[in-house]
Amino acid sequence: MNIDNTLLPLLYMLAAMGFILAIKWMNSPATARRGVIVGEIGMLLAVVGTLLRFEVVNYQWILVAFVLGTAAGIPIAYIMPMTAVPQRTAFSHACGALASALIGTAEYYKGVNQGPAHTTVEMTALIIETLLGFLTFTASMMAFGKLQEVLPQRPITYKGQNFVNLGIFAAAAGIGLALIISPERTMLFPLFIALALVFGVLLIIPIGGADMPTVIALLNSYAGLSASAMGFVLNNKLLIVAGALDGSSGLILSIIMCRAMNRSFSNVLFGAFGQIQTSAATTEARPYRSASAEEAAQILDSARNIVVIPGYGMAVAQAQHKLREMFDLLNKRGINVEFAIHPVAGRMPGHMNVLLAEADVPYDKLREMDDVNPEMPNMDVALIIGANDVVNPVAETDPKSPIAGMPIIQAYKARTVMVIKRSMNPGFAGIDNDLYYMPNTIMLFGDAKSFVSSLVKELTAIGKAA
Amino acid sequence: MGTYEFDLWVFMLAAFLGFQLIRGVSPLLHTPLMSLTNAISAIAVVGAILITGAKDASVLSRILGFSAVFLAVLNVVSGYLITDRMLKMFKRREPEKK
Repeated sequence: MNIDNTLLPLLYMLAAMGFILAIKWMNSPATARRGVIVGEIGMLLAVVGTLLRFEVVNYQWILVAFVLGTAAGIPIAYIMPMTAVPQRTAFSHACGALASALIGTAEYYKGVNQGPAHTTVEMTALIIETLLGFLTFTASMMAFGKLQEVLPQRPITYKGQNFVNLGIFAAAAGIGLALIISPERTMLFPLFIALALVFGVLLIIPIGGADMPTVIALLNSYAGLSASAMGFVLNNKLLIVAGALDGSSGLILSIIMCRAMNRSFSNVLFGAFGQIQTSAATTEARPYRSASAEEAAQILDSARNIVVIPGYGMAVAQAQHKLREMFDLLNKRGINVEFAIHPVAGRMPGHMNVLLAEADVPYDKLREMDDVNPEMPNMDVALIIGANDVVNPVAETDPKSPIAGMPIIQAYKARTVMVIKRSMNPGFAGIDNDLYYMPNTIMLFGDAKSFVSSLVKELTAIGKAA
Repeated sequence: MGTYEFDLWVFMLAAFLGFQLIRGVSPLLHTPLMSLTNAISAIAVVGAILITGAKDASVLSRILGFSAVFLAVLNVVSGYLITDRMLKMFKRREPEKK
């Protein structure tokens, strides 16, 4: 009797239970931190159990990697500003995917050079693992580059792009198939890796910033599925379960994101969103109203119910802390302020919530779109900060618009709409926003953070005068 | 070997369990959820340890395995810590006025 057959399966099963409970407890902020702890315990059990396995005999390399990984991981976790969460997430998808691709590669050469040779089933799983791993690695690094603004955020498209992409993917899949049939053709393997890496890059080139939430979620899913495929290669149920949980999580999130834009997966990945709209936007000058911070502060001060609708612009300007000061001032005067958050606001699922929570806005004031929309007619003021398409009534009125059918936060139903915006230029997507020209809309021109600062100043002045 | 059939069943059931669990998570916590699942999928560290620690591992295996252990541990450590850091920020009520 050895530990591998008795204690190990038990440790792995407890680890899987820890992961399942961790995700289950994420359903409420009250239990979520407990979830992190059981997740950590699960990981600890799995790692300790694996280190005790009899086939693991060389510890020095593992220990060095452990120390280096921890030394790199702790500063990333603590120094990184919350505004960089989308980039960090893309980066960790890249790390996870690369780890699993490298293991797949090592397993492949081990099987060919040392044996035992992989069965067809194992080879199939191995090819899926490495394909998903390598393509997710480069795709996530591209997403990271776009989010970090090292790379241009605009979608880059060219004629025949989808055919090129499809061709490369088909070539990678074809070579993968050849390797499954006869794994000893070792010359094909580096080619297979190269094609997967190139495909990952090409996949993200046509993706614009506004589609990042869907793509990040999808990459999350791929990274998980790659780990799950590794479980099939190593015949390890814990890997299969953990990978499947991650894979389904990413998939669900990307489905939610797609629904929130009324688009399909293939449309996000192959639709080259940005291209269509530049031609669609032919704007003639239309009349609109604008106001100063002083006037805007007076309107806010006389309101009873205010809904703030943040978007990516709030994150760019880092306006969330000033916004929370405004929230406090208004609250003190007995004015109810809530935040309405569209599922695709920002650059990743839940992006706005994290930023506002960081600024100390209590989470019961952060409300979902479907929840707030019926109450919109009762709102005295809808204050829009850095959001555009997600409040554009064109989505409901113009079936020909590129965003037709996309569920929006119905800010136009509020009694007064105020929009903080730099200028009247149509934003990233290039679609003109009818909301800006409505009779009850007031445009507030300026940088989101400095304008909210002036609002705070004016509100304080009003408070002192009263 | 019939193990792969068993593995497929495990995968199928785990995926459905995942769907059910994730659907219960409020959009409020979607960002921490993603960093948590990211840390969980770094369970790939198990495979990396097996590759790196094997007695007869080739130099290539050791290098690849070493890199994989490093990357996976990086994800485990930063993933769990960031998730916790984010969750700490979600508070229900304002702190008492000073």
